[in-house]
Amino acid sequence: MAEIQSYTMNFGPQHPAAHGVLRLVLEIEGEVIQKADPHVGLLHRATEKLAESKPFNQSIGYMDRLDYVSMMSNEHAYVMAIEKLLGVQVPERAQYIRVMFDEITRILNHLMWLGAHGLDIGAMTMFLYCFREREDLMDTYEAVSGTRMHATYYRPGGVYRDLPETMPKYQESKFRSKKELEQMNAAREGSLLDFIESFTERFPGCVDEYETLLTDNRIWKQRTVNIGVVSPERAMQLGFSGPMLRGSGVEWDLRKKQPYEVYDRMDFDIPVGRNGDCYDRYLVRVEELRQSNRIIKQCIDWLRDNPGPVIADDHKVVPPTRVEMKDDMESLIHHFKLFTEGYCVPEGEAYAAVEHPKGEFGIYIVSDGANKPYRLKIRAPGFAHLSAMSEMVEGHMLADVVAVIGTQDIVFGEVDR
Amino acid sequence: MSERYETLAARIEERFGEQVRRVPSSCSELTFETDKDHLIEVATALRNEADFGFEMLMDVCGVDYLNYGSDEWATNEATGTGFSRGVERGPVILDEADEFDARRFAVVYHLLSLQHNMRMRLRVFTGTGNPPIVKSVVDIWNGANWFEREAFDLYGILFDGHPDLRRILTDYGFIGHPFRKDFPISGNVEVHYDDEEARVVYRPVSIEPRTLVPRVIRDDNRYSADLKDANDG
Repeated sequence: MAEIQSYTMNFGPQHPAAHGVLRLVLEIEGEVIQKADPHVGLLHRATEKLAESKPFNQSIGYMDRLDYVSMMSNEHAYVMAIEKLLGVQVPERAQYIRVMFDEITRILNHLMWLGAHGLDIGAMTMFLYCFREREDLMDTYEAVSGTRMHATYYRPGGVYRDLPETMPKYQESKFRSKKELEQMNAAREGSLLDFIESFTERFPGCVDEYETLLTDNRIWKQRTVNIGVVSPERAMQLGFSGPMLRGSGVEWDLRKKQPYEVYDRMDFDIPVGRNGDCYDRYLVRVEELRQSNRIIKQCIDWLRDNPGPVIADDHKVVPPTRVEMKDDMESLIHHFKLFTEGYCVPEGEAYAAVEHPKGEFGIYIVSDGANKPYRLKIRAPGFAHLSAMSEMVEGHMLADVVAVIGTQDIVFGEVDR
Repeated sequence: MSERYETLAARIEERFGEQVRRVPSSCSELTFETDKDHLIEVATALRNEADFGFEMLMDVCGVDYLNYGSDEWATNEATGTGFSRGVERGPVILDEADEFDARRFAVVYHLLSLQHNMRMRLRVFTGTGNPPIVKSVVDIWNGANWFEREAFDLYGILFDGHPDLRRILTDYGFIGHPFRKDFPISGNVEVHYDDEEARVVYRPVSIEPRTLVPRVIRDDNRYSADLKDANDG
């Protein structure tokens, strides 16, 4: 029998299944992985160092660009850390808006993950289905912040502005018939909340659709069951969080265990896996889609009945409105100071973590009392997950590497920072 | 600070005595400082002893305290000159010093206990030696591996006992440790494509550094400890 020689193979950085710019150096014997050495940092932009040279508020936009498929969740951790240091109270309505958009973001992220993961391991249809629903959620981002992705919507003290009363509509065009146009605009006649509500009513049916395609699909199961198994002990030892930890059967969710904003008033369940393989993590994330939908519904109900301020009334941190600024000297001064110098944050250090769609996303800020953070550290969940790549793929086939990258839900914006 | 955290703090102080010092916090977080000689002992106990049970290490990061508390523009009275945005470019600084300030580099560990639902922070200063060095905690929490590589890459802190201490985020062959406070934000080198050599080459950076907003520290009595209400987060 011929002797099988082990050799080294390079995977990426430009490879569609690498989810961005991951370079993997694989030691292979035949088609079995002996060792994987991920090389990261190809998207390193030194976000943390840049933030150290800017006033606090100017870095909110950088947070969107970390994990660029769950933008508002990143912002959330950052503004929470600043609020912790400043001791600013966030109005209740802003807290509900944040929770609602955190969950919209979770759905956005999980849809992107489901589509891309499906595409990676041979379920082409998923990508198209998921992007159909994602488009509606992108529109909610646009309605509330003006941009589809990099929202910069959360601000220390609340959110930038209240939910709009109208939804942007599709315009007439020669490529669409009148009937088509009416169909597309049907859900957009009312306010943003009406639009989101119509989405939440439709969405569970969409998730059922995804599940009919995948959950009992023989090919899907062959590619995911018993692939990349992580025991609960190892998951904790390796610093896993979010669906990666829950997929291994550890019931841990910051929204339940260390509730922030108004999560303690929300009624939802935490799905937990049993075997810690790719299939269980898939089931966990799909169930999270349904649970997020439930939370959004509860937020909509509350937000309809309770108008109020959406940002703190503290002009040392929050800029006054344009109208106030035009006819009040004090407001003009506040406005000028906030936009030229920013605000000084008292000396101290704070760590704020949110249950990001990918896991625990934490921001550690050291402040020395200046208008810029002295040190900002971003704890990205994907970084810890990717560090376990070698352990997860050892002994698997080459094709399973792709399944493991997919199941880790890696986004290089946050891994490389 | 809630009662649970006070109990935990008291337990830690009782268990480790002189080995740890508590750092006061303005936002109800538990921080302890320990010496680098005691780090492994303290960390092992925090992970393994039932009283503490910090089975997860969420984050390890380096901090450079070089210009902590210094501002770029002190304006205690009206000034007629304003702030110059241009910054003079100094020479490339490689730390040739034999010794650092004892409180210059620190490694900060964020611990999480799932069983007790508690968090705490552990800080270790690396001392005066150049290069700064502390013991690795990879054997205690395996997840520390990449976080320590990152701290090495960005701050040049060495971790004794780390299985594979390579650079992780910066380019292959990068020189210097970019997150140190004396490393310029625009870097030292840039890449460009050289027509003659027909390849990408490095050359000294050509952008001029700018400070867009000066760093200022304002005295704000609202945050002074004696005026603030007792905050029981």
